[in-house]
Amino acid sequence: MQPGPARIVIVGAGHAGGAAAANLRQYGWRGSITLIGEEPLPPYQRPPLSKAWLKREADADSLLLRPAAFYAASDIFLRLEQRAAGIDRQARTVLLASGETAEYDRLILALGAVARPLDVAGAGLRNVLSLRSAADADRLQAALHPGVRLAVIGGGYIGLEVAASARALGAEAVVIEREARLLARVASPLLSDFFRRQHAARGVGLELGAAVEALEGTEVEAPGGAGVEAPEGAGGAVTGVRLRDGRRIACDVVLVGVGALPNDALARAAGLACDNGIMVDAASRSSDPAIYAIGDCTRRPLPLYGCSVRLESVPNALEMAKQAAADLCGRKPPPPEVPWFWSDQYELRLQIAGLPIDAVQTAVRGDPDGGSFAVFHLAADDTVQAVEAVNAPAEFMAGKLMIARRRRVSPDALRDKARALQQLAA
Amino acid sequence: MPKVTYIEYKGTEHTVDVPVGTSVMRGAVDNNIPGIDADCGGECACATCHVYVDKAWLDRTGLPLQGSQEASMLSFAAVTQPDSRLSCQIGMTEELDGLVVRMPEGQH
Repeated sequence: MQPGPARIVIVGAGHAGGAAAANLRQYGWRGSITLIGEEPLPPYQRPPLSKAWLKREADADSLLLRPAAFYAASDIFLRLEQRAAGIDRQARTVLLASGETAEYDRLILALGAVARPLDVAGAGLRNVLSLRSAADADRLQAALHPGVRLAVIGGGYIGLEVAASARALGAEAVVIEREARLLARVASPLLSDFFRRQHAARGVGLELGAAVEALEGTEVEAPGGAGVEAPEGAGGAVTGVRLRDGRRIACDVVLVGVGALPNDALARAAGLACDNGIMVDAASRSSDPAIYAIGDCTRRPLPLYGCSVRLESVPNALEMAKQAAADLCGRKPPPPEVPWFWSDQYELRLQIAGLPIDAVQTAVRGDPDGGSFAVFHLAADDTVQAVEAVNAPAEFMAGKLMIARRRRVSPDALRDKARALQQLAA
Repeated sequence: MPKVTYIEYKGTEHTVDVPVGTSVMRGAVDNNIPGIDADCGGECACATCHVYVDKAWLDRTGLPLQGSQEASMLSFAAVTQPDSRLSCQIGMTEELDGLVVRMPEGQH
């Protein structure tokens, strides 16, 4: 479709939706753009929520992807605090919870992901929090003070970043992980072990291979009793985590970080092909030619690896926003990118490029005890598939290049710091 | 407010106000200037805000410190030159009023 007077509606004003709107204008889209979001804020950065924002080191303006005035100035109709309730694909309208409808010629779904709920008794207690939005972060921030005991359920990125921030704020922190190691779904065992030692050294309690039986809270007076008003939500405030082995970990706040689920209910209800995310092609088109889907809510093809995956990351959201905007504006597609991720904990920066699909061997460059190292993951034929780098930005960048170029590199050469990365990546 | 001129690879120029205390990257992103993606939001983690600093300004912006995160990231960024910087690492000051930066090929 050439740039013209057609109407684009974007549902979801997060990183992906905000970037798509901006890219469309950058690429010369002349039709109307309506960007619909549930939250009160214009599109903002989520990564700082567990780090700088939580530690009160960032201000609200610095969180925004673009200044609030950008949208009106760019003729992007930003509709905040509006929830989409349905899509009528025949009539090409989005029904809003307010009862209004938004008509589209092309629709972009940027619905994001939602925190996976913890399915145990007591999950509804006060001070049991999750972290996806700025409002979530504000609640968590308000609860974290020196001496407060935080229990983190789930040893993934969000859980570990929050534990690190909590320590910086002077709070106590315990991480409870069901698997035998931290970052079990997203990092190699060597990384897991490294981060376990780092968190332990900073006074974070670690309970690995520990299943949560229930969350326990304060007793709540029966309605009408003693004149004490029951707090909102079922039961009182959380006071502890009961483990399946019977032990109880006392706490004042619980952060649940047990993964995210694609927010694809709207698409499924509209009959779009979904399978652990909205299915899209290489241009981020869904099974309906008038509808695109981008970011965390999708399952997307990954040409480098010959498979389709669901990726929860900012770079993925931005890449897909570009794909959709380029397709809509009749531009040539952006070059495929190597998926990558980053996480900051204490003074440690973890950068990961690629996915260890079909990787059967690893090569460690540098020394974990020295605090700077990288783990390269290679296929049987020595093709570099992924790299995990801790305080090793050159290794990260070199690894990303090797992956993009499908380089075969001998693991011994990667281990040998005397061999220049420039040559190995060339 | 100090101004910065951003020149796209194909020559299109954009001159915009950039508030003191923000960064040269932020000025481009806030004005939706093509060529600076800034995937990581200014954390020096992605190298998608790579610019070439105009010769006349290099003494004021400086070069990345040797061994720094920025220098390491740039060592493998596409088409690096001696005047390469990551624009998220150039803090905006009054002294940079009039700064000119160019975007490399392929970063659009």
